Amino acid sequence: MSERVDLKAKLGLDVFKPVGEPHIKIRQGMEKDLRLKSAIRVCPAGLYSENEKGEVVITIDGCLECGTCRLVCGAEVLDWTYPPGGTGVQYRFG
Amino acid sequence: MIIVGAGLAGLGAAYTLAGGGLEVLVLERGDYPGAKNITGGRLYLNPVRNLFPDLFENAPLERFITHEGISIMAKERSVTLHYSGNELRDEPHQSYSILRSKFDRWLSEQVEEKGVAMLSKIRVDDVIKDNGRIVGVLAGADELRADVVLACDGALSLISEKAGLRTPEAPGNFALGIKEVISLDYGVINERFNLEGDEGAARLFVGEVTRGKFGGGFLYTNRESVSLGIVVGIDEAAEDRLPIEVPALLDAFKERLEISPLIRGGSTVEYSAHIIPEGGFKAVGDLCGNGILVAGDAAGLALNIGFTVRGMEFALASGYFAAQTVIKAKQSGNFDAPTLSMYRRLLEDSFVLKDLRNFQETPAVIGNPRFFSHYPELIGAIIKDVYSVPAGPKDRLYPTIRKHLTLGELWTLFMDLKGVMKI
Repeated sequence: MSERVDLKAKLGLDVFKPVGEPHIKIRQGMEKDLRLKSAIRVCPAGLYSENEKGEVVITIDGCLECGTCRLVCGAEVLDWTYPPGGTGVQYRFG
Repeated sequence: MIIVGAGLAGLGAAYTLAGGGLEVLVLERGDYPGAKNITGGRLYLNPVRNLFPDLFENAPLERFITHEGISIMAKERSVTLHYSGNELRDEPHQSYSILRSKFDRWLSEQVEEKGVAMLSKIRVDDVIKDNGRIVGVLAGADELRADVVLACDGALSLISEKAGLRTPEAPGNFALGIKEVISLDYGVINERFNLEGDEGAARLFVGEVTRGKFGGGFLYTNRESVSLGIVVGIDEAAEDRLPIEVPALLDAFKERLEISPLIRGGSTVEYSAHIIPEGGFKAVGDLCGNGILVAGDAAGLALNIGFTVRGMEFALASGYFAAQTVIKAKQSGNFDAPTLSMYRRLLEDSFVLKDLRNFQETPAVIGNPRFFSHYPELIGAIIKDVYSVPAGPKDRLYPTIRKHLTLGELWTLFMDLKGVMKI
């Protein structure tokens, strides 16, 4: 878990503008899909985790909008868009 | 004309079109052009200098790369090849480290000065289709119509997907890059990397950095920071084959003794992530349709051949050739796919598709798992024995090396080298 704490600190260095409604949602009934377990492993912001019911949940804060989860899970599992214009991560270095 | 995305492809196209009598609108979803854009990274200028004369002279480039290095990382040791030479110090310099938020913002200013309309904070949600052709884009409630749309919306390119030019892509064709920008004093960077003035260093790392899986580590010196990161194949990272979660790979990389002294005292100022097209020529999809063109990462135009990892000059050049195509199409007043297919021909005649075609076997060859685990350990073991001086007598060099290269080993090596010869 300490790894996740370090990651939060790292994400805290980035500039984020509030997104409002989450731009990535797990489609209903897909919460236990195996592809989501992969998302837990690959998400560079560590936004995916599994709850005690064995369902995968996503916290959208800190999303780097890389698209890896969409590649891994596909549109069947995730309702995936970019956040609205002028919101989300704003890189200053890139 | 509408250009979706103010990255290097979109801005390269807009710069080329400016002043040509076409109405061009660039739409960017970030707060400013560059806000969503990331590189490793380095830009090779030689292939694009003639396409954008004088543009780069005042560009906010970081350092010109004079020191190249590639390290083969085993678990407990590493073997590094360093290369430097006068040709890398001579002008014009072949490559520069850059930071995209700075660079793209600057480039967008040059484009705007030439009279192109640029709108930031606009997310394009869909394309507007009419009778089998793309006639514009939807951004929120706004319908924006145009003769032609140029999709430069990055590696995931939802626009070309919505336009029906590609299906949701296979993760096997992509890698994930994650990076930290670590600030360090200009002088400290020069001392640590043996650099004079604005000289820069580029280092690649292969092997244990990705736990023996496809990918590698990279380090580029900027003026007052280093870009340090990891690239890993998404397929392998997603499966259980990678023993740790992706973000932890970068932390472990930073702790390697090859890296930690180089970044000591530096502070991380940004953490970023991006997907990278790795499929090469075979993964390049449809580049145009009726009323639409695709350029840059969105078209999969990137090329990793191990020693050089390139994408940005492909983006700039494809933007340039898309612009040339649109200028021609405008003259004929026809933006149908057959007219726009001139774009593919221009790319075929340029370094963009020539390089991708020439190196089309590379993704399969460098995907060989032995390059990321078995050989790094083998090379490390041989070098360790070659360098070691025991308490007793030292073995002759030939048997020392031959001991590691069993017949089976030599046979596999031979077969793998046959693969490498395709590159």
